[in-house]
Amino acid sequence: MYSAIVFLPLFGAIIAGLISLAGAAARHPGGSPAHGAEDHATDSFAPRHRGVHAPAHHGAAIAHPHHEPHAESDAAHGGHGPGAAEIVTSAFLVICAVLSWIAFFRVGANTGEAFTVPVLRWIESGALAAGWALRVDTLTAVMLVVVTTVSALVHVYSIGYMSHDPHRPRFFAYLSLFTFAMLMLVTADNLVQMFFGWEGVGLASYLLIGFWYHRPSANAAAMKAFIVNRVGDFGFALGVFGVFVLFGSVEFSSIFANTQAVAEGGEVGLRIFGSVFTGEGALTVVCLLLFMGAMGKSAQVPLHTWLPDAMEGPTPVSALIHAATMVTAGVFMVARLSPLFEHAPDALIVVTVVGAITAFFAATVGLVQNDIKRVIAYSTCSQLGYMFVALGLGAYSVAIFHLFTHAFFKALLFLGAGSVIHAVSDEQDMRRMGGLRRVIPVTYAMMLVGTLALTGFPFTAGYYSKDAIIEAAYAGHTTAAGLAFVLTVVAAAFTSFYSWRLVFMTFHGKPRASAEVMEHAHESASVMLIPLYVLAAGALLAGIAFSGLFIGEAQEGFWKGALFFGPENEILEEMHHAPFWVGISPFVAMVLGFLVALWFYILSPDTPRRIGEQHEGLYRFLLNKWYFDELYDFLFVRPVMALGRFLWKRGDGWLIDGFGPDGVSARVLDVTRNVVKLQTGYVYHYAFAMLIGVAILVTWMMFAG
Amino acid sequence: MIDVAAMPNLTPVLAEIMLTAGAMLLLMFGVFTGERSTPTVTGMAVALLAGAVLVVALGEGTSVTFGGAFISDAFSRFMKIATLVASAVAIAMAVGYARNERFERFEYPVLIVLATTGMMMMISANDLISLYLGLEMQSLAAYVVAAIHRDSVRSTESGLKYFVLGSLASGMLLYGASLVYGFTGHTNFEAIAQALVDGRSVGLVIGLVFVLAGLAFKISAVPFHMWTPDVYEGAPTPVTAFFAAAPKLAAVALMVRVTIEAFGPVTADWQQVVSFVAIASMLLGSFAAIGQTNIKRLMAYSSIGNVGYILVGLAAGTQAGVQGVVLYLVIYVVMTLGAFACILAMRRRDQMVEDIESLSGLARTQPFTAFMFAAILFSLAGIPPLAGFFAKYWVFLAAIEAHLYGLAVIGVLSSVVGAYYYLRIVKLMYFDEPLVTFERMPAELKTVSALSGAFLLVFVLFAAPLVEAAAVAARSLF
Repeated sequence: MYSAIVFLPLFGAIIAGLISLAGAAARHPGGSPAHGAEDHATDSFAPRHRGVHAPAHHGAAIAHPHHEPHAESDAAHGGHGPGAAEIVTSAFLVICAVLSWIAFFRVGANTGEAFTVPVLRWIESGALAAGWALRVDTLTAVMLVVVTTVSALVHVYSIGYMSHDPHRPRFFAYLSLFTFAMLMLVTADNLVQMFFGWEGVGLASYLLIGFWYHRPSANAAAMKAFIVNRVGDFGFALGVFGVFVLFGSVEFSSIFANTQAVAEGGEVGLRIFGSVFTGEGALTVVCLLLFMGAMGKSAQVPLHTWLPDAMEGPTPVSALIHAATMVTAGVFMVARLSPLFEHAPDALIVVTVVGAITAFFAATVGLVQNDIKRVIAYSTCSQLGYMFVALGLGAYSVAIFHLFTHAFFKALLFLGAGSVIHAVSDEQDMRRMGGLRRVIPVTYAMMLVGTLALTGFPFTAGYYSKDAIIEAAYAGHTTAAGLAFVLTVVAAAFTSFYSWRLVFMTFHGKPRASAEVMEHAHESASVMLIPLYVLAAGALLAGIAFSGLFIGEAQEGFWKGALFFGPENEILEEMHHAPFWVGISPFVAMVLGFLVALWFYILSPDTPRRIGEQHEGLYRFLLNKWYFDELYDFLFVRPVMALGRFLWKRGDGWLIDGFGPDGVSARVLDVTRNVVKLQTGYVYHYAFAMLIGVAILVTWMMFAG
Repeated sequence: MIDVAAMPNLTPVLAEIMLTAGAMLLLMFGVFTGERSTPTVTGMAVALLAGAVLVVALGEGTSVTFGGAFISDAFSRFMKIATLVASAVAIAMAVGYARNERFERFEYPVLIVLATTGMMMMISANDLISLYLGLEMQSLAAYVVAAIHRDSVRSTESGLKYFVLGSLASGMLLYGASLVYGFTGHTNFEAIAQALVDGRSVGLVIGLVFVLAGLAFKISAVPFHMWTPDVYEGAPTPVTAFFAAAPKLAAVALMVRVTIEAFGPVTADWQQVVSFVAIASMLLGSFAAIGQTNIKRLMAYSSIGNVGYILVGLAAGTQAGVQGVVLYLVIYVVMTLGAFACILAMRRRDQMVEDIESLSGLARTQPFTAFMFAAILFSLAGIPPLAGFFAKYWVFLAAIEAHLYGLAVIGVLSSVVGAYYYLRIVKLMYFDEPLVTFERMPAELKTVSALSGAFLLVFVLFAAPLVEAAAVAARSLF
């Protein structure tokens, strides 16, 4: 069953990929002789149909990727090919999701230990042995549920959302490929396999952000995501190497079994720049390196810059990869390696601080963004910060719980935003929306549910998970925990403000879109709305239903050691004894944020502009995302570009080409020019040359001999 | 006491006698029948040359006649057969050209036969006197052939240049020969070698240099090459094809015999001269060809460069070196004739085209010609596994075995430079847009280019008999 869950998406990806290739061959007859004859027949039947519709389609894909979903049916132009790709991948994913829920309940209810499903032997080289196996425990089961459920819903949603894109098979192939890589990551039995999935999701993310490769901005965003992640992955890889040095193995089971021994000071140390680290110090180094990977993948400051730009991808991609699953891979990894982190308290403090700063930072930036998707993107970034705060405090189960609930409401918000964007002819700027609640009431309702859950309205999902994090921060003993508490509470107020700002600007007030756009605005097709209903149900109920299992009384029987808590880690116990004012503080913050948003955007719409003008500097600072991009541009991009240009122009062009190929060929031409000049055409010159030649030879021979 | 009245043994010179008599008969036939006899004379000339091939092939062993002035051995037989074939092909390639360009002169095949007779005498020369006789016989016929297009200024100019400079070279040769005779007292090669065993004088070295200079002119080696580009360009194209092939064979064969047989004891001396000439030829051939826009001039520099590579093998002065020279000559002649077959096919609307640019896009208009030409050019550039690669390989190997490392290195480097202009033509043919469309290739040219291309392509598989024959030929000199 677990193999089926993991590998069905791979088969789906392959099938969709083949369909996509066949489609590409059909679009360019002659490219493949095998298909040539067939396509020729089709062409002669409807040459005009293909010739005219396909390019028009293409254009539509670039400018309006999803304009009027129900105007034309797929069968009218695409033939059975694209439809098959969608149906196959979506069906596989739905099967996966159902199986995952079965697995979830089976593993959750089971009393046994974690077990592994071996797949195949992979790398065996000296002491390094990395097999390919599926590790199944509660943590895996939770991730399986999250990944497959959201992925299945996104697949279904995309059938409607992408219905006008000519490259649907490719899109679905990428989506399924991503899902496979993500499942590979969460079921990994060792660090190498996890790294495989880790890179696989990075690749799929790159492909999907750059899905509309005609847009330069999409390509730039895809490259940015890939390159920034490379920085994190470099750390992750070093961390894996470090683990192998310390433990002599990359298998989780043997690593976890020996953590205690290594922490107490094993024989092996890590030598870094001359200083030797042993015991806890070595573990701290390794954990920080691994956390660096997590920071890249989960968009934590300062490696967060790629996430907002990643919104260039299609909206379902944002919902799946950049909200619910891939970006939580870092959280998952830290939770999975909780035995290591538990023995590296210094590393945990770093995790807490980075998480808290990210939560606060992203929330402040979210306050002033105008692009509907970017607001949600910063919100994601901020919520991931919350999860890291929980991890840093040792409350791993709380972090995973927030991951779980967040997946529902953030995917809901993204898909809802997609529905909005769809409705208003691909407008993403909230300043040109407004008053949409009457036009698209269902989407409005869904977005309200998502917002309530995100802001932590009582008894919605966010209420349970986010408030638990804030309580845990209060209960923490370190200074970092105190900082985290303050920052997360403030961030909660900001979260509420920007979420309601989004709702008010989009759905309330007077329409600011052009009359033409408003005329065309329409509710999405049911294939897009049904996933929204499912996610909304999750956003409302996941908290009530599962908080007992994840972080409540039943948690020990639920996790069964999948997450490791050190002997003195009492955080889960202590957080339940937080004072009343702590428990109420996120709620107060939420109400405060809501009221300010209400005042700013409904009651007194001029206030935001006035405040913005009064605090011009602060506004600019936030609007430009704390100038992170500019800073990186100055610190890294420009020097690297300058170095690259230097090596290119001077190093390669001037030095190597100049003295190598170009220089040599130029000298050859010079020689040629002079030699050709000798050939004057005059007989006496020729005769002279002969006599000179003889004279030279005779002279030479006389003196040499 | 020499028995003057005794008849010399005529068996070794049977082929030469046959050719001379045949040439006279053909000339008479042509004179009495007029211009329309040209096709007949051409056919009969080719048949005559073919018959000579048979006669030569039947000979065996080593025999000397005319008082030691004429020698027939395995080396001479090998080179003669190659020369005869090259001459016959050159005559055949002129058929279409003569028809289209309206120069149907029966003298042309006759002159070629006479020149070939001279070449055969050169190959068999074993005495300074017979050497000069053969050389002049070949040269005089060649001067006339170069100017055979009487009405063309370029043709007559080239004939005249060739004649004036050739006379100068002949003078040098004679001067050198007299010095050699003066310092050794002999004209016979073996006798000269005998006289040199005990040491040599400066005067002999000067004579040696002059003799080599005269021969270097015939093979157009630098710095005695200046006539080559002008004559190649000015002479009618079939004549150029002839010049580039058969005379090179004969002159190199003569040079090999003179250096190895007559001046064997002073190898260290002539080795320096030959090395110098080889280096100069390779470099100039490679560099100057790059600047050419006329395909015939380009082939002139190509042949200068190839002569340089051939001399690398000779400079080694070993049996392996001579074997390399012999093989190089055969492969070079095949490549040259094939290339000229393609060049002769460059004509559109009653006009020959000699511009390299006009070959652009040939692969699209005439894929067959383009393919054959490309194979020939790749071979000329020395790309394995084509025959041209092995030709270079053997001569360079011989040079390295003789410890002439500098020579081999310069040879390899200049062949890299040389590869540029050959490959540029391939690039023009295959990657550029067609500029002009040529007329269809005549059958005889098609045959020649196809045979040439096929030879070069499959040489690597069927080289053994040829290599064996070349080894036998080389062995007979040592």
